[in-house]
Amino acid sequence: MKISAFHLMPHRELPDDFEKRYESVWVTPPWWELADAGRVGQYYNWTLDELLYAARAGFDGVCTNEHHQNAYGFMPSPNLMGSVLAKATNGSDVAIVQMGATLPTSNPPIRVAEEYAMLDCISGGRLVAGLPLGSPMDVNFCYGITPMEHRERYREAFALTLKAWQAREIFAWNGRYYQLANVNLWPRPIQQPHPPVWVPGSGSISTFDFAVDHDVCYCFLSYSGAKAAHTMMQGYWRVVADKGREANPYRAGFLQLAAVAETDARAEEKYARHVEYFYHKCLHWPLELGAPPGNQDYRSLLAAARSNVRRAEDTKRLRYRDFVEKGYVIAGSPATVRDRIREEVVKGLRVGNLMVLLQIGSMPHELTLENMDLFAREVLPHLRPLWDDEGWVNHWWPEGLRGTQTSRAAAPVAAARA
Amino acid sequence: MTERTLVVWQGQVRIRVRSKGEGPPLVFLHGPWGLTWDPFLDHLARSFTVVAPEHPGTTPEAPDDVYHLDGLWDLVLCYDELLDALGLPQVTVVGHSFGGMVACELAAAAPPRVRRLVLIDPIGFWRDNDRITNWMTLDAARLRDTLFHDPRSEAAHRMFGVVDDPEAALAARVRRTWAMGATGKFIWPIPDKGLKKRIHRVKAPTLVVWGKEDRLVPPVYAEEFSRRIAGARVQTVDAAGHAPQLEHPEKVARMVADFVGPAAS
Repeated sequence: MKISAFHLMPHRELPDDFEKRYESVWVTPPWWELADAGRVGQYYNWTLDELLYAARAGFDGVCTNEHHQNAYGFMPSPNLMGSVLAKATNGSDVAIVQMGATLPTSNPPIRVAEEYAMLDCISGGRLVAGLPLGSPMDVNFCYGITPMEHRERYREAFALTLKAWQAREIFAWNGRYYQLANVNLWPRPIQQPHPPVWVPGSGSISTFDFAVDHDVCYCFLSYSGAKAAHTMMQGYWRVVADKGREANPYRAGFLQLAAVAETDARAEEKYARHVEYFYHKCLHWPLELGAPPGNQDYRSLLAAARSNVRRAEDTKRLRYRDFVEKGYVIAGSPATVRDRIREEVVKGLRVGNLMVLLQIGSMPHELTLENMDLFAREVLPHLRPLWDDEGWVNHWWPEGLRGTQTSRAAAPVAAARA
Repeated sequence: MTERTLVVWQGQVRIRVRSKGEGPPLVFLHGPWGLTWDPFLDHLARSFTVVAPEHPGTTPEAPDDVYHLDGLWDLVLCYDELLDALGLPQVTVVGHSFGGMVACELAAAAPPRVRRLVLIDPIGFWRDNDRITNWMTLDAARLRDTLFHDPRSEAAHRMFGVVDDPEAALAARVRRTWAMGATGKFIWPIPDKGLKKRIHRVKAPTLVVWGKEDRLVPPVYAEEFSRRIAGARVQTVDAAGHAPQLEHPEKVARMVADFVGPAAS
């Protein structure tokens, strides 16, 4: 297993009545009413410190991601964060997992290819290159990309990126959306032929096909846990089989929210309000933002309209115990957390590249470090050997880091904070 | 009513054209919610041969054809080809909302092509102080309430009413959503695609019709058209929202007929 610490960089102090007063956490939350740049600077620094703490505590990778005009996660440039992380973790065997810079919002998209190559150079070949399609909120509503062109632009930019990393000759790209007469990337990545590519998705069939056809790691960045993802991931593995690929668990990534304490009861005391803050405030946006007309192709639109069962659950009505019971969050004692992650996520979904979100919503810095520390010491070592007995190779992990299965010594909380 | 599907754009775009009526031809370009043969078109069909093409991508069985058109220039030329295929070298064009913008672009691109131009609550301009509501972000209930002056009217019911047959309701929802996507492709995220640079080329006598209570595209936008098209007339419709021809079909059809005139085509 490879287990990485994921971070959203949320606003941690939204007002108690946020979800009643404002229509959305995304696209339209008013900055001047809700945020203060000085305080936000503190959030960014906490985020970096937390990810670096995770790196020292023994996680295999640290993950950042891109969102815009969004109070639940505002790293508009994940590569700025990734750059700090790459530099500060030099000499270690921690992967820099960018989940990542969004191709359709970068113009020209070789900007992403360049920055990823920089990160790979700075980190000494430790980059995992996440190449997300990007959400409709970010790409269509905040960055103005026409919904109907969103996927086409992505596919063209994806092909351009892969070629730009690998081409031995200068080439011209005469695309539908992008035209570049002299593509000659400086720098190129250390990893050859290119860094491992992960493609995040949210269950659409066309993304399964795309991921398998391009032989990348498909990652489901879910906030709803493994139970809700089960049918969908079965669909993914069916596509893998249908296309004649081996069922290598490292072909799949999954994001799981996790919160560890001394006992199940202590976990509730420590984390309940932060979990509820996350689901009630951080995920507060109107459904229409997620599906502007044209963003789904006709086939997917028809399929979505027919499957009424996929109606999203109203998380505002759920409380901490519901989230835990349903597996949205796996929380409790170390034994509870490792057992549930192993059974529900790793084995249940057949996942080799696990990402865990350990800073959840309003969770303060100190508590986040405690959560990371407990996870690293009491959970992670039990999960890491999973799949070893089957002998799979993680082709989607930087080659130089694949063999490093030994647990790094978990740094005590106090030392890391110093 | 007759129906035929014409193929244009190097065989890549199939467009179904519905037609009804007697008299001189009149082309109707529908808005962002797809073509529905409604009482307004029936009223027009008493004075004209109404020729109503479906926007590329909204013809059943041909949803992906819209991917062959990369932008507004492609779309305008596609309609130019369609009029050739229909044997209409010069014709009166009526357009509603998005279709109004396309009609105006066509009249600017090929002035001799358009004999008379009628624009019903057209889009094509943007004022920072009078923002156009992006209908693609509204759920069905809010869209109905914003689109119609009277959301409980028969016209509103026809577009959004509860249908007993769940399959039909689903089909209607998919059709409306896809039509918004296929038209939205040419206007996202702000429906100002440079008409202000081209509209001076319009030579056709022009009537601008606007619903007085239009909450999607405020009636102040009528001025953007009337001051740029020489001799353009503006008529407003009381107790009507963004689709006055649906809320007052007979009245708006009469406005069109009076403007175009029996001999005009």
